[in-house]
Amino acid sequence: MKDTRRLSASSSRSRLEGVFRGLQERGEKALITFITAGDPDMGTTKRIIFELERSGADIIELGMPFSDPMADGPTIQASSERALKGGATVKDVLRLVREIRGKSSIPVVLFGYYNPVFVYGLERFARDAADAGADGVLVVDLPPEEAGGLKRELQRKALDLIYLVTPTSNTGRMRLVASKASGFIYYVSVAGVTGARKTLADRIPAEIRKIRKFTGLPVCVGFGISTPAQARRAAACADGVVVGSAIIDIIARNIGAKDLAARMGRFVSGLKKGMG
Amino acid sequence: MKRISEKLPDKSGHFGQYGGRFISETLMPAVCELEKAYRRLKNDRDFQKELRYFLASYTGRPTPLYYAERLTKKLKGAKIYLKREDLCHTGAHKINNTIGQALLASRMGKTRIIAETGAGQHGVATAAVSAMFGMECEIYMGEEDIRRQLPNVFRMKLLGAKVNPVASGSKTLKDAMNEALRDWVTNVYDTFYIIGSVAGPHPYPMMVRDFQSVIGKEAKRQIKASEGRLPDMLVACVGGGSNAMGLFHPFLNDRRVKMVGVEAGGFGIKTGKHAASICAGTVGVLHGSKSYLLQDKYGQIKHTHSISAGLDYPGVGPEHSYLHDSGRVEYTYVTDREAISAFSLLSMTEGIIPALESSHAVAYAVKAAKRLGEGRVIVVNLSGRGDKDLDTASKILGHTV
Repeated sequence: MKDTRRLSASSSRSRLEGVFRGLQERGEKALITFITAGDPDMGTTKRIIFELERSGADIIELGMPFSDPMADGPTIQASSERALKGGATVKDVLRLVREIRGKSSIPVVLFGYYNPVFVYGLERFARDAADAGADGVLVVDLPPEEAGGLKRELQRKALDLIYLVTPTSNTGRMRLVASKASGFIYYVSVAGVTGARKTLADRIPAEIRKIRKFTGLPVCVGFGISTPAQARRAAACADGVVVGSAIIDIIARNIGAKDLAARMGRFVSGLKKGMG
Repeated sequence: MKRISEKLPDKSGHFGQYGGRFISETLMPAVCELEKAYRRLKNDRDFQKELRYFLASYTGRPTPLYYAERLTKKLKGAKIYLKREDLCHTGAHKINNTIGQALLASRMGKTRIIAETGAGQHGVATAAVSAMFGMECEIYMGEEDIRRQLPNVFRMKLLGAKVNPVASGSKTLKDAMNEALRDWVTNVYDTFYIIGSVAGPHPYPMMVRDFQSVIGKEAKRQIKASEGRLPDMLVACVGGGSNAMGLFHPFLNDRRVKMVGVEAGGFGIKTGKHAASICAGTVGVLHGSKSYLLQDKYGQIKHTHSISAGLDYPGVGPEHSYLHDSGRVEYTYVTDREAISAFSLLSMTEGIIPALESSHAVAYAVKAAKRLGEGRVIVVNLSGRGDKDLDTASKILGHTV
């Protein structure tokens, strides 16, 4: 029983692993773009995701909105609020993933807070997320100590549970996270909430070198990265870069505008070029 | 008989299925460090001695256990005793905990204090001890609560704290706590977050309970002295639940003492405008722990309503959820209207103006005293004084007083 599970896990771990391997072969780094599903509505989110992919995004991090996003700064808070106002639920987010999967093989990592997932039901969530074609899950308020139940269900469905390492993580916690992680490690570049920052911390390369001592998984950097120059600096030492608030900002400023997708495209290809 | 709860939480901070640590990785080292420091100092003689000193000379402990004779005679029922936490310095039980945590913070070398507040009592208690220990202090408070508890806002400022208005969500306690958590995650290296209730990630529910259990320890001694026995019933209001836990915990294994936690029924449970998390909620995860929550079927947190800002919160401390499920404590609610009438009643009969939060406990005790009848004894936790609520009360009672 155990062995078949492991077999199925490794056989369909393909999309995320495949993307990182492909990029490595080409000497590129992953651009991971975050948007909140349903901000301002699911149709727009879908259009934006395809535009992100066309413009160079390698992985989509798709936010499942929550009423009390404690780890997020004002930009993503407002984005969650817009999505919830539009009535976005976990079920709707998974339906969107299924629609994307019908047309694209870009990996999708679901990002959110634990309560909506818990209320949806861990087993049901893992099953429906896998059926829809999601690749991984990141739950920001679920440290490894509390993640056992979800991890088990996701593993059964060959979905990765992605964990965070942060500037406050000591060696013990790095080791703990590394021992539980799959997919990739998400390194949070600053102690703080999500949102654009003027400068990137100098310690990032050293921290990433340290994380690599404990894991062979790809390490991606996020939080506070908003410009091509910052993306380039972060990409120099990591396997991938996550950009979120800067993208949400473009959505917020162009809601209803016809050229939203085009503006998004220009911004994202700029980021990707910057990383090149 | 099964002994309950004394050994809880377990090592990982769980009370049965409740509690735990549902927080971002950035804060994990901080709460682990806090737990370690607390466990060390909990049994440290000097720390305990210092804590006792401040509780006595700064807070004014022990607080009296007062026999409300006129109220009792008026109701012709069980004897009602009031545990006078309203007489604590700064006007509520909150300071029992803020003194403890501020002492801990100074031992841990932290220089900056943050806190969330609803009614402002915890904010004032935090601002006061920060001033006393010479630490920088910032308080997060929802805009709606700032409006209805204005006197406390000025008090906090007078005590040297910076009050940060929170405009997100329902602009009340829940949102203040979100914002305090965002501050903590940003300034985690030098900042100590003083959580005001038995909520939040482990070790807060345990630690706040321990600091507040001075209430129940004193009450037990005092009621034995005046009645020669334990009470038949304990009553306390429950928002997050710190005053209730403080009173209840030392009595948990006295099986004949019935305990009732009174939640905020707002306009009534059926209207959906209330804050009765245990009476009307479902299990979920918010602000670092698993507990009963007021949420919709998608796991989004609901906006709550209570006339008292201190009870206007969609969650409840995890140990209360555990005590509810185990049947050891009964949880019920009273409405805004019942609370207001208890507010008047206690003022008129005893010359004590209770906080609107505590008025919920008084309202239930009034009903229970009649039901239990003469010869029985009820201890009510009068968790705070009502000066802060005069504005709210005068708008409702102005024409009748």
